[in-house]
Amino acid sequence: MDEILEILAKDARTPVEDIAKLTGRSVMQVKTAIRQYEKDGTIVQYKTVINHELVKSPKTIIRALIEVSVTPQKDVGFDYVAERIYSFPEVVSCYLVSGAYDLLLIVEGENIQTVADFVASKLSPMEHVKGTTTHFLLKKYKDDGQILKKLHNRKRLNISY
Amino acid sequence: MRIAKKVEEMAPSGIRAFFDLVLGMQDVISLGVGEPDFVTPWHIREKAIYCLEKGYTSYTSNKGMPELRRTIANYLHKRHGISYDPEEEILITVGVSEAMDLAARATIEPGDRILVPEPWYVMYGPIIDLAGGKPVFLTTKLEHGFKITPRQLDEAVRKYKPTGLVLNYPSNPTGASYTKAELQELCQAIERHDLVVYSDEIYDELTYDFEHTPLPTFKGMRKRVIYLNGVSKSFAMTGFRLGWACGPAKVIGAMTKIHQYTMLCAPIVSQMATMEALKSGFKDVLDMKREYMRRRRFMVDALNAMGLVCHNPEGAFYVFPSIQSIRQPSLEFAKDLLKKKRVAVVPGVAFGESAEGFVRMSYASSFENLKEAIVRIKSYLGT
Repeated sequence: MDEILEILAKDARTPVEDIAKLTGRSVMQVKTAIRQYEKDGTIVQYKTVINHELVKSPKTIIRALIEVSVTPQKDVGFDYVAERIYSFPEVVSCYLVSGAYDLLLIVEGENIQTVADFVASKLSPMEHVKGTTTHFLLKKYKDDGQILKKLHNRKRLNISY
Repeated sequence: MRIAKKVEEMAPSGIRAFFDLVLGMQDVISLGVGEPDFVTPWHIREKAIYCLEKGYTSYTSNKGMPELRRTIANYLHKRHGISYDPEEEILITVGVSEAMDLAARATIEPGDRILVPEPWYVMYGPIIDLAGGKPVFLTTKLEHGFKITPRQLDEAVRKYKPTGLVLNYPSNPTGASYTKAELQELCQAIERHDLVVYSDEIYDELTYDFEHTPLPTFKGMRKRVIYLNGVSKSFAMTGFRLGWACGPAKVIGAMTKIHQYTMLCAPIVSQMATMEALKSGFKDVLDMKREYMRRRRFMVDALNAMGLVCHNPEGAFYVFPSIQSIRQPSLEFAKDLLKKKRVAVVPGVAFGESAEGFVRMSYASSFENLKEAIVRIKSYLGT
């Protein structure tokens, strides 16, 4: 992977000047590369990882993992059904997986009832959906490679040979 | 109680006082650290925890667990094509420091002269002294990338009639390392002068611009090289204190004799964790190496831009810039920089007299810290 992407994947707020210093390229070269990545869709979005448990007066968000079994369609396989499903704004992630079921969704709602309603009224009745299993998430420990607990600073000696 | 004269004369007191000063200070950005800023990869730590849970708390064979010695032999063979017999030619030690101490004590007769390229990592001089030998320091220069040349070796041999040579590449403190072609030439001189070589290659996996070539891989070297390595730097396992020595069976046997009375064996948990590191830790090494390379580029460029001439180190995680333009002894510079800007660096003089006029800065620190340190050093220099 290009070093620029590697650096941005770790910290999307790294200034282009710093990226230039770290990669040995000019600021202009870095800017051009990033613009190109944004244009061709390699960089999809810049987001912040938030630990919602620590947000004061948080808006309650309930998340559920939903396993979905579907009937694949001629010529388009799973893509057609997947698109029908992931187009719902409640669906924040959608994966095609191997194993006992086909699609794995992460669905968000304001409370258990809204998620249950989504499953009952939108997802399950869909023509090609054969069955669903819903797991409500109770606690998030790690998100997208990031441990959400604040880690203790490791103590190194300030000076050593 | 009386202290042996040899020991009393050992410590460079000025540096010790500087170290104590740093240890008592708050809010210091330290570029003085000689260990990775990464914590040991989790799968290795998890293995260590598992071993404790399963009750691995006993002594092991003096030489180290047979499985670990076999793992090291396999690793060396696969990675570099060197073959060492795990039964007789590999000894597990408590870090490379112990391995170097054993190697010196097992091979040096009173008065033997041992060549040590300068700047040198702080242990070589005292260890050779304690073993009864006499270290002879060979000055290396910034303009030669801090490397010794075959000609320099020839001259030193004519002048001092040494029995051995210490090689440390990539080097602590300069980061200098040797290409295969440079080593080839050195090996011819080493063979010509029938030298024993103590080859400390602890930073081997942190070589950036070319492939590291271990000394025993060269023709004629295996019988005269004591190859020292460990997991401290490559796998960020400094606190595990685990190293090894490989060499001819006779030398390893002699080193084992001393080791069995002084250390008995390396800690079993560290030995088990090392097996895990060598079997499946190389992705971690590559990830860390990529990060160090970026930081090296940043440091070398930033220091040169502010007028502190800094060569591009080929390995390890140190830069060794010249502070000669400041016209201040390195210890004074380090003290003043610490006092006024709270940035800790190691004065060059800690690594030998001819290293005066330089300081060692470690880039085993977060990029944020390095950036802030550079800002502070710039402000100190008024540039």
